[in-house]
Amino acid sequence: MSTPNTASLIRPAFTLFVLLTIVTGLAYPLVVTGLGKALFPQAAAGSLIEQNGQTVASSLIGQSFSGPTYFWSRPSATAPQPDNGLASGGSNLGPTNPALKDAVKGRIDLIRGAHPDQTGPVPADLVTTSASGLDPHISPAAAAYQIHRIAKARGLSDEQVQLLVAANTDGPQWGLFGEPVVNVVKLNLALDGLKK
Amino acid sequence: MSSSIVFQTAMYLVVLFALAWPLSRLLATALDGSLSSRFAFLGKSERALCKLMGINADEDMPWWRYALALLVFHLIGAVFVYAQQRLQGSLPFNPAHMGAVSPDSSFNTAISFLTNTNWQGYAGESTMSYFTQMLSLAAHNFMSAATGLAVAVALIRGFVRRKASGVGNAWLDLYRATVYILLPLSVVVAMFLVGQGVIQNFDGYKDVKLTETVTYQVPKTGADGQPVKDAKGNPVMVDTKTSTQTLPMGPVASQEAIKMLGTNGGGFFNANSAHPYENPTPLSNFVQMLSIFLIPAALVFMFGRWVGDARQGLTVLGAMTLLFVAMVGVEYWAEIHANPTLTHLGMSGLPGNMEGKETRFGIVASSLFTVITTAASCGAVNTMHDSLMPLGGLVPMWLIKLGEVVFGGVGAGLYGMLIYAILAVFLSGLMIGRTPEYLGKKIESFEMKMVAIAILVTPCLILGGTALAVMLDVGKAGMANPGAHGFSEVLYAFASSANNNGSAFAGLSANTPFYNLMLGIAMWFGRFTVIIPVLAIAGKLAAKPRLAQTSGTLPTHGPLFVMLLVGTVVIVGALTYIPALALGPVIEHLQLFGR
Repeated sequence: MSTPNTASLIRPAFTLFVLLTIVTGLAYPLVVTGLGKALFPQAAAGSLIEQNGQTVASSLIGQSFSGPTYFWSRPSATAPQPDNGLASGGSNLGPTNPALKDAVKGRIDLIRGAHPDQTGPVPADLVTTSASGLDPHISPAAAAYQIHRIAKARGLSDEQVQLLVAANTDGPQWGLFGEPVVNVVKLNLALDGLKK
Repeated sequence: MSSSIVFQTAMYLVVLFALAWPLSRLLATALDGSLSSRFAFLGKSERALCKLMGINADEDMPWWRYALALLVFHLIGAVFVYAQQRLQGSLPFNPAHMGAVSPDSSFNTAISFLTNTNWQGYAGESTMSYFTQMLSLAAHNFMSAATGLAVAVALIRGFVRRKASGVGNAWLDLYRATVYILLPLSVVVAMFLVGQGVIQNFDGYKDVKLTETVTYQVPKTGADGQPVKDAKGNPVMVDTKTSTQTLPMGPVASQEAIKMLGTNGGGFFNANSAHPYENPTPLSNFVQMLSIFLIPAALVFMFGRWVGDARQGLTVLGAMTLLFVAMVGVEYWAEIHANPTLTHLGMSGLPGNMEGKETRFGIVASSLFTVITTAASCGAVNTMHDSLMPLGGLVPMWLIKLGEVVFGGVGAGLYGMLIYAILAVFLSGLMIGRTPEYLGKKIESFEMKMVAIAILVTPCLILGGTALAVMLDVGKAGMANPGAHGFSEVLYAFASSANNNGSAFAGLSANTPFYNLMLGIAMWFGRFTVIIPVLAIAGKLAAKPRLAQTSGTLPTHGPLFVMLLVGTVVIVGALTYIPALALGPVIEHLQLFGR
């Protein structure tokens, strides 16, 4: 039997490549999109929250807050503005980088200044940037740290704000996975909802 | 309990093995052709495909032809992916109007996706159209994983066959791996992910009216379009306000599923599996971690079954699990200790190093993910590896450098570990003065030469490439962090490329002609100068008779061989890389904690 040459590989390679590209690159995502829209329309479209006909948030994507009447999110390293949906990513600062130390020092000073009643160490998630720059959550400790400031600024009692925080806190999923978290975006929307 | 690393790791392994065992049966029946003989319509469509390809369905390829077939297949893919990126501006499914990608970045990405590396010099949400993401990138996630499966199966055939001339039919192996295994699993995982909140649509990017207006600073530009500088030469900053957030959209879940199942790791978005639209919940995170190891673990079970001795598979699995658990322990220990520089400033030491981590994953799920993604050749990240503590960064870097044999990439993990097994048999053979044998096949000089090539090529690429980069200004210019950490960034980039992982110390500015070219070369040779020797070994072994076991045969199952295998992997990995690691993460650790 004569040995088939390399050229004889081109037709099968090309045919298989085209076929697999169409099946996996076109048919597969289209089928998943169809199924996703049918079974989980809200999730497939981005878990968007609408108010008065306007999209005001995605419950999964963090927003930046810095005013006295809102819970503050984690710092975001996205550029040019924090929580920029078009430029996800972290700071990529290494643990020995002086820039990390400077950035965290600035944030600690800012947070201490805004929370004169708090004397303990500042919760780590409030002064470190998230991996995505779009983290919608803070830890329950970071929420508790801010409750008094928000209650004061909004003329509410600490207990009222505490109840809202509890309502927007999720324990570990199924009791098994992940950490307890507070969704800052939903919490702040709920705070604004209180007024009305 | 949910936040205990011991509990999470144990639960992960139990669920993994419980799923991998039944899957190994499907893998074996799909890849040895018995599935298509059992179901007539599958057989018929395979024969129709063979007709279309103009090949004989019974062709059994010798190893070199098998290798050549894979190379031709991937060269066609490389041209296609390159061309689509260059032309995406005039192609459909492009609501965000992405323009052509630069030539060097297109080259790098083409090599990256076809070699199962999925190193990304670009940021998905601001570079790639939906059409490119699907047709070029997601499709290659399937095809590169199928290649890994095909090579692993060819190697197993080498052990099982006696005096045979071929190692299988590359076309049918690629087809069966993609259509019978990767595709159905991906649909299931993708649907689960959508249920958790991963987006899947073709909508344009969406604007959100922010609850609070955001003020930020941007450099002021003068009338000439250049940034204005003050007397000291610093750019002048001006306040800018925005009350809109633009959310990226796209067919993410479909790509996410195969990104994990195929141990590809290329994110739809820049933040990869840290992005809430790619990995929204702790449960989606758990499923993603399972998807990474699922096929690699099932392949090991399948290997045992196929060679007719389940203990052989369990032994390999034991070695992998041992290394895995040890590395999870070190990673977690490194990350629960907060950065002392920051705690001195008044930051809480709890829960640990949160820079570059997501709140919903915390330290436990982040550490576990980091080890899994680098033990396998996945390279997806839910944590920014550049911001890991020094030893927390050493663990993923070292796992990658071991060649990703701890479960490893789809197919690549198994053939990589079997290469080490052959080396372990050879070393033990030297110690007891016998001709080495593995699974009844004599290991002779040709096989050992191929093993040596497969093991030595990647260190040459990694250490040589790193040395070159840190000597050249274009290489040093990419470093984002000063000192030892900057060196770690470069070392990690070459390790990740040459071993086809794809994760990064992402501060490194790698989207430059220098890094795109260097890393592209490392990815190509790191992939194929391992695959070709592996296929050569498969071919040589297939041609040999299978010897009966005698009392003089060194058993390659049981605890003793597990330790021999672990020892071989660790010693090769340690001897090759300790000097380089000492210059990077080890020095940084001492700088941070030594005072």
